[in-house]
Amino acid sequence: MRIAIASGKGGTGKTIVATNLAVALAQDDHPVTFLDCDVEAPNGHIFLKPEITHCETVSVPVPEVNETLCTRCGRCGEFCQYSAVVCLGNAVLTFSDLCHGCGGCSLVCPDGAIREVPRVVGEVEWGPAGAVRFVQGRLRIGQARVPPLIRAVKTHLPQTGIAILDAPPGTSCPVVETIRDADFVLLVAEPTPFGLHDLRLAVETVRQVKIPHAVLINRANPGGRELRPYCDRVGIPILLEIPEDRRIAETYARGELAIRTVPAYAGWMRALFGRMRHEALV
Amino acid sequence: MKEIVVLSGKGGTGKTSLVACLAALADRKVLADCDVDAADLHLVLAPRMLQREEFRGGKQAYILPDRCAACGECAVYCRFDAVRFDGPATQVVGKTYRVDPIACEGCGVCVHVCPAQAVELAPAVSGEWYVSETRHGPLVHARLGPAGENSGKLVTIVRNGARDIAEARSLDLVIVDGAPGIGCPVIASMAGASMVLGVAEATLSGKHDIERLAGLAVHFGIPMLVCINKADLNAEVTAAMNGWCRMRGISVVGSIPYDRRFSEAQAQGKSLLELGDGVTARAVRALWRETRTALESRR
Ligand code: SF4
Ligand code: SF4
Repeated sequence: MRIAIASGKGGTGKTIVATNLAVALAQDDHPVTFLDCDVEAPNGHIFLKPEITHCETVSVPVPEVNETLCTRCGRCGEFCQYSAVVCLGNAVLTFSDLCHGCGGCSLVCPDGAIREVPRVVGEVEWGPAGAVRFVQGRLRIGQARVPPLIRAVKTHLPQTGIAILDAPPGTSCPVVETIRDADFVLLVAEPTPFGLHDLRLAVETVRQVKIPHAVLINRANPGGRELRPYCDRVGIPILLEIPEDRRIAETYARGELAIRTVPAYAGWMRALFGRMRHEALV
Repeated sequence: MKEIVVLSGKGGTGKTSLVACLAALADRKVLADCDVDAADLHLVLAPRMLQREEFRGGKQAYILPDRCAACGECAVYCRFDAVRFDGPATQVVGKTYRVDPIACEGCGVCVHVCPAQAVELAPAVSGEWYVSETRHGPLVHARLGPAGENSGKLVTIVRNGARDIAEARSLDLVIVDGAPGIGCPVIASMAGASMVLGVAEATLSGKHDIERLAGLAVHFGIPMLVCINKADLNAEVTAAMNGWCRMRGISVVGSIPYDRRFSEAQAQGKSLLELGDGVTARAVRALWRETRTALESRR
């Protein structure tokens, strides 16, 4: 089962839930793979402390123009939807930051003057973290293209067992890339006005991608009642409420797992998994 | 005119709550909410919308089923795995193809390779942007459609909109609330700015995030300031962050304690400063004084 842990807004505790869930399930002898798809700010490793045994660079193809073959016909520039290649009469300029790597320019060039060369966008690293198989992507600083790196992380999805994908925050292409072929999306939300607003956006995105989903309320406090009416109205089950607890915040700050300091946490994670499995079936 | 971009490397560090405070403190400025994925600033600033524009982020391919000969060329060439089998069988062909609008990046390769001219590109509306008036001055903000593409482009539009207003009204400052992460929308909100203010949370992951953000600021040659939020959550991490910044020549311009009144203020649609004075409010004012001095000392 592939479970993506996502949130519209950052900092709702998505990584806390994802890492603790992974370890709690591994303790019950489930085969668990943890994939950190938040490649702009990968933090799962802080809590899981993996021993990285493999590292691979990930690159995207970008065009390179052979000046001697190029006749300045301008077809490439007309084709490119992202202005990543521009023909200026006597020179062709490429802007690899803008390139989506579609391969179109080399396809339309009548003179065979464009070839594709790899440009490194980041690394995928993996290795064991106790009983959990750990995989993470790490975006190179200054690189903008996130989806190809997430795709590379996802080539490590196991055929069987449980995969937990820690998604990036937000609602745009990196999130969609992460959750695309998940069996279930768990949306971690905070009971605050910002939290409600961003949960709404996240729900719209997950609904577009058409994946079964439910909500986990993190840092629930007796006063905060913002999320329940909304979830009831749109018919999204709330699978778990984790109370606001300074101990959890402090454990997180130190980079430790909550299941080690808050005894009830492991039980919550087990119950959560059971409910997700149930929801994914119905 | 100067432009300061408030970023965090990761969401949820309290960035927007602090921007709301800076909005109350700074004079003669325009606000730009460039966290277009999850724009929250308007929840505090209660904007009165003056202008609303459509954002077309890119294009989208469509396959005309009656023309499709089901040769599958498009599926071979699409690098984004966006062409899928679909469609009812007709008398002529057993199947047709379909473009998955969520995966499609609108590159047009399928249009080019289709021998039956069955694919067309059409502009996709993927959001809106707005110019509004608030109690703390003009605000430019946006909303990216669900599963939207090209958030970087929308960020650039919002920033330019804010700069135009600043210029037209001879205002001195643009305060940008940026997106989380270090990818395309962040690069789009940072490039060419006068200064980055990084809001870091005093946690081990917060430290990692701010270090990566600092790397990005160096990459683009933009001076950076740091504000440590929830500084009393973990004294060790706060000390380590201070040390790291000192080593890199980054000034730490503020230390804000963990304060639940930030959530209270949010619930009331206010900035923390509007809740009255206190230790945290004083720390926020000090943060703004330091930031302003640093901004003024540049050029
Ligand atoms: S590969 Fe595609 S996106 Fe990149 S420059 Fe060529 S046409 Fe543009
Ligand atoms: S426009 Fe590009 S991304 Fe979209 S379906 Fe065609 S080839 Fe694939």
